Amino acid sequence: MSTILETRGLTYVYGAGTPFERVALDHVDLRIEKGEILGVIGHTGSGKSTLIQHFNGLLKPSAGEVLLDGRSIWDEKGKCARETRFRVGLVFQYPEYQLFEETIARDIAFGPSNMGLPQEEIDARVRESMRAVGLDEKLAGQSPFALSGGQKRRVAIAGVIAMRPDVLVLDEPTAGLDPAGRDEILELVKQYHDTSGATVLIVSHSMEDIARLADRLLVMDHSRVLFCDTPREVFAHAEEIIAAGLDIPMITKVMRELARRGLAVDTSVFTVPQALDAIRAAKKGGAR
Amino acid sequence: MSAIIKTENLQYAYPVEEGQLAVPVLKGVTLSVGRGEFVAVLGHNGSGKSTLAGCFNAIRLPTGGVCYVDMMDTRDEKNTYEVRKTVSMVFQNPDNQLVATVVEEDVAFALENMGVPPEEIRVRVSDALRAVDMYEYRAQAPHRLSGGQKQRVAIAGVIAMMPRCVVLDEPTAMLDPQGRREVMHVVRALNRTYGITVVLITHHMDEAVQADRVVVMHQGEVLMDGAPRAIFTQVDKLRAASLTVPQTIEVLYELGRADGAALPVDALTVKECADILEKYLA
Amino acid sequence: MLKDITIGQFFPGNSAVHRLDPRVKIVLTIAFIIALFLAAGPVSYAVILVFLAAIIGISGISPRLVVRGLRPILFIILFTAVLNLFYTPGDYIWQWGWLHISKQGIAVAFFMVLRLMLLIIATSMLTYTTSPIQLTDGLERLLGPLKRLRVPVHELSMMMSIALRFIPTLIEETEKIIAAQKARGADFDSGNILQRAKALVPILVPLFISAFRRADELATAMECRLYRGDVGRTRMKQLKIERLDVCASVLCTVVIAAVIVLGRFGL
Repeated sequence: MSTILETRGLTYVYGAGTPFERVALDHVDLRIEKGEILGVIGHTGSGKSTLIQHFNGLLKPSAGEVLLDGRSIWDEKGKCARETRFRVGLVFQYPEYQLFEETIARDIAFGPSNMGLPQEEIDARVRESMRAVGLDEKLAGQSPFALSGGQKRRVAIAGVIAMRPDVLVLDEPTAGLDPAGRDEILELVKQYHDTSGATVLIVSHSMEDIARLADRLLVMDHSRVLFCDTPREVFAHAEEIIAAGLDIPMITKVMRELARRGLAVDTSVFTVPQALDAIRAAKKGGAR
Repeated sequence: MSAIIKTENLQYAYPVEEGQLAVPVLKGVTLSVGRGEFVAVLGHNGSGKSTLAGCFNAIRLPTGGVCYVDMMDTRDEKNTYEVRKTVSMVFQNPDNQLVATVVEEDVAFALENMGVPPEEIRVRVSDALRAVDMYEYRAQAPHRLSGGQKQRVAIAGVIAMMPRCVVLDEPTAMLDPQGRREVMHVVRALNRTYGITVVLITHHMDEAVQADRVVVMHQGEVLMDGAPRAIFTQVDKLRAASLTVPQTIEVLYELGRADGAALPVDALTVKECADILEKYLA
Repeated sequence: MLKDITIGQFFPGNSAVHRLDPRVKIVLTIAFIIALFLAAGPVSYAVILVFLAAIIGISGISPRLVVRGLRPILFIILFTAVLNLFYTPGDYIWQWGWLHISKQGIAVAFFMVLRLMLLIIATSMLTYTTSPIQLTDGLERLLGPLKRLRVPVHELSMMMSIALRFIPTLIEETEKIIAAQKARGADFDSGNILQRAKALVPILVPLFISAFRRADELATAMECRLYRGDVGRTRMKQLKIERLDVCASVLCTVVIAAVIVLGRFGL
C-alpha cells in the first residue's frame, strides 16, 4: 500500500493573537493509505473537524505540512491548487443544507462544472453518482427540496462523488438519521469504496457504526492523535478511550465485564458477530 | 391513574394542494398516557411519531378522531392556551427554539407570556436553571453554548412553566454523545425528581430503555406498547419496523437462534447481559 | 472575517455607566447629541470633550478600543474635512485654480471633524455599555406611549431582539455554507462583478432556505411557550429609576445647559 495523504507536524491555531486563541491541532503526524477506509473518532472539540478541513486546503496550517501523493498541497507562494478540492472531496455535516439548485441533476453537476468538464462528461457523472447513492434516475429533473431528509443527503453526497475524488471525506454522514437511514448511508459509502477504489475517511461519534466499516481508526483527543490503528488494537485500549470522553460499543463493555469476572473471552471485539465468535470459542475451549 | 393525554382513533393528514390525495400520517392511534408516567415513543423517520407529538400540544389538530389533554379536547380553540400550559414541548433543533439573547431571559420567556409577577419569575427561572445545572451560565448568550447545554436551557424554560407533562421531540438527535448523556440525565430527573409526565420521542434504543413504557410507532399506527423489557425482546418484530435492538439483546438472541442456546434474551444493561452469558459459559 | 464587524458591540461590565437605566442612557445620549450641535466655540467643545472623557473613564472601556471604533467611518470623516476645508469661503490663505483654503475653512473643518467624532463616540458608548436586550427593552418602553397610536412597538422590539439572537447563528451558518461550496470547487474571488454576483447564489439560496426553516421552527416554539404578542405580558427585569440614574441625569443636564449657555456667547 502506498500513502496518499500525509500530515507532518500539522498544527492549527484558531484566532492567533486574540484572547480567544486556541490550539485546535497540535503536531499531528498521520499517514493515510491509498484505498483504505479510515474512521475518525473524537469528542466535540477534539480537533477532528479542523483536521479534515486541512486535507483539501480549506484551512491553512499554522505550522507543518499536508502532503497529497507526497507533495505539499500548499506551494511556495502560499497558494493551494484548486485541483486539491477536486481530488479530496469533502462532505460536510448535514450536507443537505447546502443544496441550492432547481433540479437534483444541476445540483450534483455543480462540482463537475466547476472543474470545467465538457457537458457530456458532466451528464455522465451525474447519472453515475446518482446510481452510486441509490437515487432513481427519473428524479434527475425534480427539485431537491421536495425530497425527504435522507434523500436530500444522498443528493449532497452524490454532488461530491461526481467530482470523482481520490479521497472521499465524510463528516458525520449519519448525524440525525434513524437506524435504518444510518445503515443505508453506511452501506452506500462501503459500496462506493469497493467499486471506485477511493480512499474513504468517515468522521463519526458512533464507535458502533464506524468500527464495522473502517480498516483503521484514528482517535483524536485534545488536538492530538491518541490512536491510529486497526479497530481491534484500538478497542484493546478501552480505558484510554473512555478517558478521552468517548463511548465504546455496548458489546465491548459486555465482553470486558465477562473478562473482569474471570472468564477467558476476547475483549477486543466491537461487533455482535465478532462477539458471537468469541463466545463460541470460549464455550468450546472452556471459559474458566 | 387517570390519563393526562388520551387519544381515540387519532388521525392526521398533512394538508395538500387541491386535486391531490391527502397522505395520512396517523391512521387511527388510540393511546393514553398516565399521570407521572415516562413513556418513550420509538419509530423510524416517517413513522408518524413527531406528528403524534405535535397533536399532544395542539400544534397539529386531528383530522380525524380526538386528542384529549387533561380532559380538554385539543380541537376546541378555547382550550389551546390551557393545553399548552399543561403539556409543553422541547424540540429537536436546540438553536431554533431559544428566543432571547441571554440564557435567563430565555428561560423567563414563557413565564413573561403567562403574566407571572416579576419577583416570582426571578425565583422560578433560577430554580429551573439550577435543576438543569446551567445556573452559572445564566448571563451567557445562547450561541456560545454547546448543543447539550442549549437543549438543557430549553428544558429549563419548560421546567419554569411547571407543566404537568413535557413532550420532547427527538431532543438528542442533533447532539454528540456527551450532549446526549447530559440531556438524558435531565430528562430522567424531570420525571423522577419533579414527577412530571414525560413523553420522549426518539429513535435511540438506549434512551427508550430508560422509560417505564415504550410505544413503537410504525406507518402511522401503534405497533407495540409495553414495558421496555417486553418490547425489546421481540427482535423480529422490531427489525420488521426498521428498528434495531440493543446489542446486549442482539447477542443473546443470535446465540439462541444460531446455536440453539436456550437463553433468556431480556438483557437491557451490560450487567444483565454479562450475568446471562456468565451462566451460559460456566 | 464576518466576525470582525463590531457594529453595536457590547462590552459587559459593572461600572456606573453600565448600571444606568437604558431609558436614561438613551435619552441622555440624544440630549448629548443635540448639545453637540449647539456647541459654537472651543470652550463648549472643551466642556463636552472633558465630559465624554470622564464617561469613558468611568465605564472602564479602554480608550484605544473607543478610538478603534472610529475606523469604519474614517473615510466619511476625511471626506467631511476635505469638503469643509476647500469649500468654505472667507479670508483665503491659499489658492490654486478653483481650490482654496480659508482661515474659516480650517476652523469649520476642524470643528466638523471633532463634532462627528464625538457623535460617533457618544453613540458607541451607548452600545458598548448597554446589552442589546436592555437597549431594545429601553426603546420599547420609551416608545410605549406610541402604542396608543397603533404603532406596533412591542412587535418591533421583539423582532429586533430575535434578529440579535440569530445574527451569530446565521453568521456561523454562512461560514459553513461557504466552506461547503468551496469544497465543491466554488470560486468566490475571481471574475468580473457579474460572475462574482452569480457565485453568491450557491451561498444565498441555502442561507435563505435555512433562515425560513429556522423562522418557522422558532414561531412554533414561541407558540408552544404561550407567546400571544403583548397580551397580558409581564417582564422579569423591571426597569427602575435609581438614585444613580437621577444623579447622572442631573449632571448631564448641567453640562448640556452649560454648553447651550456658552454657545449663546459664541464660546
